[in-house]
Amino acid sequence: MTSVEPAEQTVTTATEDDALLELQQLAVEYGVGGKRVRAVDGVDLQLHAGEIVGLAGESGCGKSTVANAMMQILRPPAVIAGGSIRFRGENLVDMSAEELRRFRWRNVSMVFQSAMNALNPLMRVGDQFVDMMRAHERISRKRALSDAADLLEVVGLDRRRVRAYPHELSGGMRQRVIIAMALALRPELLILDEPTTALDVVVQREILQQVQDLQRELGFAVLFITHDVSLLLEIAHRIAIMYAGEIVESAPAARLAAAPQHPYTQGLLTSFPPLSGPLVRLTGIPGAPPDLRQPPRGCRFHPRCPHCTPEQPDLYVRQTTEPPVLREIEAGHEVACHLVAGGKE
Amino acid sequence: MSSNAAPLEVRNLTKRFPVSGGVRRARVQAVDDVSFELRPAAITALVGESGSGKSTVARLLARLHDPTAGTVLFEGADVSRVRRRRDVLNYRSQVQIIFQDPFASLNPVKTIRHHLERPLRIHRIVPRRQLEGRVHELLRTVGLVPPDEVAAKYPHELSGGQRQRVAIARALAVGPKVVLADEPTSMLDVSIRIGILNLMLRLRDEFGITFLYVTHDLASARYVADDILVMYAGQIVESGPVEEVLASPLHPYTRLLLSAVPDPAANLHAERIEMRKGVASAAVDPPEGCRFVTRCPLAIDVCSRVTPLLVEARPDQAARCHVTAPST
Repeated sequence: MTSVEPAEQTVTTATEDDALLELQQLAVEYGVGGKRVRAVDGVDLQLHAGEIVGLAGESGCGKSTVANAMMQILRPPAVIAGGSIRFRGENLVDMSAEELRRFRWRNVSMVFQSAMNALNPLMRVGDQFVDMMRAHERISRKRALSDAADLLEVVGLDRRRVRAYPHELSGGMRQRVIIAMALALRPELLILDEPTTALDVVVQREILQQVQDLQRELGFAVLFITHDVSLLLEIAHRIAIMYAGEIVESAPAARLAAAPQHPYTQGLLTSFPPLSGPLVRLTGIPGAPPDLRQPPRGCRFHPRCPHCTPEQPDLYVRQTTEPPVLREIEAGHEVACHLVAGGKE
Repeated sequence: MSSNAAPLEVRNLTKRFPVSGGVRRARVQAVDDVSFELRPAAITALVGESGSGKSTVARLLARLHDPTAGTVLFEGADVSRVRRRRDVLNYRSQVQIIFQDPFASLNPVKTIRHHLERPLRIHRIVPRRQLEGRVHELLRTVGLVPPDEVAAKYPHELSGGQRQRVAIARALAVGPKVVLADEPTSMLDVSIRIGILNLMLRLRDEFGITFLYVTHDLASARYVADDILVMYAGQIVESGPVEEVLASPLHPYTRLLLSAVPDPAANLHAERIEMRKGVASAAVDPPEGCRFVTRCPLAIDVCSRVTPLLVEARPDQAARCHVTAPST
């Protein structure tokens, strides 16, 4: 029941109890030539109502696999090998196909990087809204079409575009259509998987502004997946960094920007040259992400880690043999690194 | 030619592509009246959005397309229409291009050694018995060590960043004065990109190589480039030293681009940009007037009637804008 007391600002001060979505020890495996590869290995992640969480990492780190697992749209040979995905306490892993069908779009909807190419080229934009909406609720065609037109306006398109075919729209416009469609059933969580990566920077900025405005207005939660940490620093409340299938650090965005602890996070943040201020020679991160068929022993980042040398034998042994655990070193700031002292699991 | 002359200069370069279909013979104005010169041993960034014509400029300079009009001067000599094999080879031994996709630009069934020996043989750079030594030297130059191991590998055994280094080594094999780098980092992982940019800086400083760096990424342009050219819809709308242009841009389009880029160094919440209609791509048979007029917050009456010229409004900094760089 809703409270009759004056509304409290609970959006940003959510507690652990009211997690909208909670991943616990999620593991996803791909079967490749008789061998199993763990693309996602023991990921814990929480999203609260109205929160924008960023999930960042390089290609192949497992960030998109996490999103696909959340939507339960993993395709063979990928399978969930362990852990749970709870949405309002209910484990999605146990849901039937019919339950999942109703759950998608209504509770959680997702926008892919190439989603603009997912529109049916033979159907008018409006009809694609109608199909999707009528698959989920009892609504007249006329009503659905007018809702679709309203939604197009919400994302900054002319409402008459309901009559347009996808080829009549630019890439940025089609991506907006997809975002409008994703919001049609007022989902509580919107997953954006590299939603603007294929778009030009000005269009990207326009779309991000709109997503932020809509998020403030409608209050849905966002999981924003991208390789571009600089983007997340601007829009996310909290950021989790993934490397080789694991979350290596997670913290509020401002905290992550000011005091990144994991050497990988530090490397990522200094991989983007600044547009203003002094220019220093950056180094990026030497080496390349590991082959997950044979992940490095110990810390998966150790072959690339600038602080992993045999000159410190005790530390070196731990780094190369013992997988670090994600520990909370400060409220809301978790790191999995042998260099970071203290904290609790 | 004196050594401080521009190794590469283009004047009024224009390229139109025919549009297939339709009754009228329409043509896309991909590159429209582009003039600039590359300073020796400097990196010039050519930035713009997709479709702005920046890659077409690089391809015209590499002689992969013939220009519709205008000239390309290499050390003062017009090379825009050379056709004889010997002349083309000679030009290509001075001006090399590297492409965006390091996965597509290497032959999957040939070793790295093969890729690097080929240009050395075709251009007869070194005698046969020195081939191996030169291949190893090239690999060391681009940071691929140990060279004998890398040379024996096939492209699929290398990461994207390593493949792009091979592509760079191959371009360097002929000892070029100019390298045209067409989005060399945009298909690479973020942590790898800086390494390629640093390599370009080193090649500029150690070997005096002149670069044209084509990119859509303003921050990387600032990081490596000395000069910058901003393209919009087939035209250069602003040019100048990169620090000056990015610190105080003249053209409203440069300002828009700058405000759209996430810059965590500036602050956590960027200023909002105004949304307007219009695209940065080259137009089919564009009308007279400024190409940016439909999106421009500063537009005045004359902008939709007269195409502005590239005018030097500040020392070394020029823009195509009636308002911020008037021609009188």
